[in-house]
Amino acid sequence: MTDRASPVPSAAALKRAAELRVHRTAFIVMTVILVVAPTVVYPVFMMKVMCFALFACAFNLLIGFGGLLSFGHAMFLGSAGYASAHAAKVWGLTPELAILFGTGCAALLSLGAGLLAIRRQGIYFAMITLALAQMVFFFSLQAKFTGGEDGIQGVPRGKLFGVIALDNQLVMYAFVLVIFLAGFGLIYRAVHSPFGQVLKAIRENESRAISLGYDTDRYKLLAFVLSGTLAGLAGATKALVFQLASLTDVHWSMSGEVVLMTLLGGMGTVFGPVVGAAVIITMQNYLAQLGAWVTVVQGVIFVVCVMAFRRGLIGELGHWLRKPL
Amino acid sequence: MTEIFGIPTQALFGQLLIGLINGSFYALLSLGLAVIFGLLNIINFSHGAQYMMGAFVAYLLLNKLGVGYWWALLIAPIVVGATGVLIERLLLSKLYKLDHLYGLLLTFGLALIIQGLFRNEYGSSGQPYQIPAQLQGGQNLGFMFLPNYRAWIIVASAVVCLGTWYVIERTKLGSYLRAATENPQLVQAFGINVPRMITLTYGFGVALAALAGVMAAPVYQVSPQMGADLIIVVFAVVVIGGMGSILGSIVTGFGLGLIEGLTKVFYPEASSTVIFIIMAIVLLVRPAGLFGAQK
Amino acid sequence: MKLKRNLLSTLVAAACGLGAAAAQAQISDGVIKIGVMNDMSGLYADIAGPGSLTAAKMAVEDFGAAAKGMKVEVVGADHQNKPDVGSTIARTWYDVDKVDAIFDVPTSSVALAVNQITKDKGKAFISSGAATSDLTGKACSPNTIHWTYDTWMLANGTGSAIVKTGGDSWFFLTADYAFGHALERDTTAAVQKAGGKVIGGVRHPFPGQDFSSFLLQAQSSKAKVIGLANAGGDTINSIKQASEFGIVKGGQSLAGMLVFITDVHALGLNTAQGLVFTETFYWDLNDQTRAWSKRFAAANGGKYPSMVQAGVYSSVLHYLKAVEAAKTDDGSKIIAQMKAMPTDDPLFGKGSIRADGRKIHPAYLVEVKKPAESKGPYDYYKIRATIPADQAFRPIDQGDCPLVAKK
Repeated sequence: MTDRASPVPSAAALKRAAELRVHRTAFIVMTVILVVAPTVVYPVFMMKVMCFALFACAFNLLIGFGGLLSFGHAMFLGSAGYASAHAAKVWGLTPELAILFGTGCAALLSLGAGLLAIRRQGIYFAMITLALAQMVFFFSLQAKFTGGEDGIQGVPRGKLFGVIALDNQLVMYAFVLVIFLAGFGLIYRAVHSPFGQVLKAIRENESRAISLGYDTDRYKLLAFVLSGTLAGLAGATKALVFQLASLTDVHWSMSGEVVLMTLLGGMGTVFGPVVGAAVIITMQNYLAQLGAWVTVVQGVIFVVCVMAFRRGLIGELGHWLRKPL
Repeated sequence: MTEIFGIPTQALFGQLLIGLINGSFYALLSLGLAVIFGLLNIINFSHGAQYMMGAFVAYLLLNKLGVGYWWALLIAPIVVGATGVLIERLLLSKLYKLDHLYGLLLTFGLALIIQGLFRNEYGSSGQPYQIPAQLQGGQNLGFMFLPNYRAWIIVASAVVCLGTWYVIERTKLGSYLRAATENPQLVQAFGINVPRMITLTYGFGVALAALAGVMAAPVYQVSPQMGADLIIVVFAVVVIGGMGSILGSIVTGFGLGLIEGLTKVFYPEASSTVIFIIMAIVLLVRPAGLFGAQK
Repeated sequence: MKLKRNLLSTLVAAACGLGAAAAQAQISDGVIKIGVMNDMSGLYADIAGPGSLTAAKMAVEDFGAAAKGMKVEVVGADHQNKPDVGSTIARTWYDVDKVDAIFDVPTSSVALAVNQITKDKGKAFISSGAATSDLTGKACSPNTIHWTYDTWMLANGTGSAIVKTGGDSWFFLTADYAFGHALERDTTAAVQKAGGKVIGGVRHPFPGQDFSSFLLQAQSSKAKVIGLANAGGDTINSIKQASEFGIVKGGQSLAGMLVFITDVHALGLNTAQGLVFTETFYWDLNDQTRAWSKRFAAANGGKYPSMVQAGVYSSVLHYLKAVEAAKTDDGSKIIAQMKAMPTDDPLFGKGSIRADGRKIHPAYLVEVKKPAESKGPYDYYKIRATIPADQAFRPIDQGDCPLVAKK
């Protein structure tokens, strides 16, 4: 064995390795919690949390790491939901195919929307996404196949791969868990990769990134498509969990909710959106009997987070622990 | 009877007039928003909620204090404008050094709070508010019956819009305001109290929203939801007109009202969507809006 | 609970007699749990909302559950008019909270979702608030009963009754979504059957805000009747703006397809006078309804009951009677029992429930009074006509309900 002086790891590499350790631990903790949860908490509720957590993570990819605020992300959640519900109910596709179809539709939509939207920055970008989302909303309202305000009801869960019946709550739960972890993992890999680094650079200073020779539009478009596609994955899965697809998922207030979840959890953190989604969904569920107070509480959370709590729950926790979460 | 595209000209004129009336409403509402964004770079998402507050103040003034419509036109904007000043002083001013995003999120949260509180208190069916006696009834114009109140809306909106535009673009006060937002340090060095100007400007924009609310109260039910869906349309108007341009939002407001009116005649189902389609097209072709300046 | 359950079982078994082939005498965990789900804070909070919960509790009290040794619990939840929230609540209620039956559920999309879940789980669903006639049509189920009203009854009642009183030319102002289209379609059929004609119509986006343009078109059509095929805030705004444009003063009349007393209250008599529509309950019909409504108003902050809230009272009462008779709270069995027993309560009088789940009772064509004719708040209606129960609802064989054998 030749005796070669091993290179001293750079500060950046050391930092990255430490970060990886923290993330790995946190990921394991999260997975364990999710696996154990259905024994104590109602499984359908947890599945809802996971779907929205995936939605928020996808949204966070765009805002937290790409610096682009989209005010129309509901269009991906909702249209994928309609597509997969239709595929499962009317065409009789098996669940994994229905979800793939829904996700594919969201991918196409995000490509189209992205091509239109990324040409502008900042508030104009947000406004274009809002306009496009409104158009999707009105289309969903009118189109025959979406069932209008009744939505698509009675969507069958079917048999996974044609064999495994998903009517059993726990089996369905396992399926949704796998989808969530896969989506989460994909986002993580995307962010912690050369692509993610360039994205962060674009967020910090786009002109400099351009001057370094990067085609920033392409990167932004790719981020947008990735974000929209995974939001679609969340929506397609959710349609099968609840066995319905409705207008609520394409309404602009849904776009506002995902912003709230991400902001509360911590924009730009890895685990923030998951926690944010969990908190908001729990709050909506358990405060449901308070009626309109839920809206007020959500508004208060927005205000408090913006004024004093900008890092969000996980961001603050990470800051306190001095570890990147 | 002559026909244009299958619609008798008389009916068409009637629809255009109605479109103009709606347009004057959009113009009045988007004016406040344009003032706030154009001069302060804040996206005021609570504009719809403040519009609703204006209508509710008018309702409460009438039902609790017996104060009528004409006084309400004066009092409601002042009261709601004052709350706007408070919001600016306590909350918004802390966010100026940050990304505009946070101002948007803050005002969005405030809108949720305000709407939720009013919904808790008043339910959602809405409260009745009568058209003031002096403006009831209408004129038969031959091609349509024009309610007097609607005519008043056009006139009042036009006056307020042009007045605001004049003050901001043509008077000394307006020029101080415009300078203060372009270069606050320099203007402050000249001895002008910039933070106070900013506060008053926000208050003024909010007061404009409340004024629109008072004017809306006799025609639409006074309900906590009244601003929620309207705000999105108003944003579209401001964006199309050009986010910094007062004249832009006025012209676009009226123009969009007309286009919407025409859509309601020829293809009514699309009249909600047409504004967003136009907004998307304008943003792609002329990103700064029709009258906006490229920054 | 186990002691009580055994005691109950013993008592009931003794009462039934030994060897009776009747259903197993078992109320699940000894408690009859009733869930009232509706919109507690949004558009329909006044029509149903907390008032429905009050009505349900009144029914439990009046039934005398305590005296009969039956333990009944009432819970409420807000579905926010969202089908996914409603379906989560229904699932949680059935799976975790052991709710036996769900009541009310306005907003047809939520009602359809709850209908499906109830069928899958074999529980019971009695809807007072929903409008869609599909609940006793394509989507009918052995676990669902549709109380109070539905779109067919509204369309038919209002449509044909108005034509009979001279309103034979119609123009529709329709909300452009499935519900509005259904209302327009059903009313058109009723109007044409009664000998009237529909001379035009326009569809407005849903939700709408300003109807002046559409009202202008309605005005220039010179139709005698302008049918408002929309609901909630849209109807209220259309009526308000119609009065602004002097439509009623100009000789045309407005027909609301779905109007509640709370809407009239929100509009004020000045604006709403002359409006004609159909309801199945009015607090001032007779001494019994008056007495009940005053009790209700006292418990509901002075607000008088809508027909939806009255329907909740009536349906809970009948449900409890059926549970008492069948001695079980198994969903399908109770629904069958409810269909087997004729109904009788102070609010809707005597009625019955058909095989497709449709509750039958008379309907009333009402006209809103002028301000001078009203003696106080909520004194709003003149009864113009009564439609007998067997004519008010869609004939049982026309609904495509799979539970009904085709002739």
